[in-house]
Amino acid sequence: MKIDYANPVRFERLAAPATAVLAFVAALALGAGLYLAFFASPTDYQQGAIVRIMYVHVPAATLALAAYAAMAAASFTGFVYKHPLADVAAKSIAPVGAALTFLALATGSIWGKPMWGAWWAWDARLTSMLVLFFLYVGYMAIWRAIDDPLRAARVAAIVCMVGSVNVPIVKFSVDWWYSLHQPASIFRAGGPSIDGAMLAPLATMALFYACWGAAMVLTLMRAELAERRAARIEAAAHPASRLA
Amino acid sequence: MTRRRRRLLLASGAVAAAATAAALAFLALGSSVSYFYTPSELAANGVPERAIRLGGLVENGSLGHDALDPAIVTFVVTDGEARTPVRYRGILPDLFREGQGVVAQGRIGADGTLAADTVLAKHDENYMPKEVADALKAQGRWRDGGLAPPSQE
Repeated sequence: MKIDYANPVRFERLAAPATAVLAFVAALALGAGLYLAFFASPTDYQQGAIVRIMYVHVPAATLALAAYAAMAAASFTGFVYKHPLADVAAKSIAPVGAALTFLALATGSIWGKPMWGAWWAWDARLTSMLVLFFLYVGYMAIWRAIDDPLRAARVAAIVCMVGSVNVPIVKFSVDWWYSLHQPASIFRAGGPSIDGAMLAPLATMALFYACWGAAMVLTLMRAELAERRAARIEAAAHPASRLA
Repeated sequence: MTRRRRRLLLASGAVAAAATAAALAFLALGSSVSYFYTPSELAANGVPERAIRLGGLVENGSLGHDALDPAIVTFVVTDGEARTPVRYRGILPDLFREGQGVVAQGRIGADGTLAADTVLAKHDENYMPKEVADALKAQGRWRDGGLAPPSQE
């Protein structure tokens, strides 16, 4: 119980200013990124102005996948080493990752209709990305279904770690199988195959997503810790209903 | 320490088991996870009886119309080794052009022609402004020459 108090207090002292800084940088990057994406970047030689969907779609999808990897790492740390903040971190990453995955799926669909001629295709990349969304939602459902946070953390961590098998499948689906979705443009052998004038808005939007995501996760973590503290105080005040 | 070790083993065991299961499943599924067949795969393994998806590049100079029914578009899908003719009646996607990657869905008839009911366009991983693409072509540094000059820009 001692350690359960010690670290969260120090965390709060760090997280509060960090959240403010991240939110500030995110706001700046969003303004600059949207300006670059909509006004100060060229149209594509094949896709015309529709290429601008990339600046919303690609960073969302990349971060959605990275968030799952982070959630799995936090779950592993919480499950094996019982670090008091790890489970809170994993639980807080889930809704942010789910939102990013949903955004990637939705913008991808909007992009697919004019370019491919289809809103949706059951190719390996799209399907594995849909599985990623269900993994996030399932993970969140486990936390809600089990009342005891210690037990919920344990079950959710196992599901999250098993689900991490999907992460390399999403990433390499376009290399392992023929897909309608294009192969990697950024993280690939031989460097990015995107012109510099288009990489600038992409990088700025990626910075926005990263800072926004981190600020959201920290905020959710602080809220979760405050909620647990409140529950403990309540339990101490009413010893009869300790399990509530 | 031993309990931590047990949890470590349990966690890595669960992940290893899931990874093995996924690897075996995908190994068994093989190329059927792929979204489409290539013309060479059809040439090598024969044509399935059911509706399939065929993917490849639209062969340069192959785009035309049916002699009897001009509403039917005809073209050839190739992967550089084998080629499959396609017939399609309907609206083609904007990106459709000769040299472009496409996926056509339908049945292959006795004459080896795919009667498509859907044609989707693929785009590759290259993004650049039109001026850069034109400059690369002017310098002869366009990657494989398989791409016809953009006709719809």
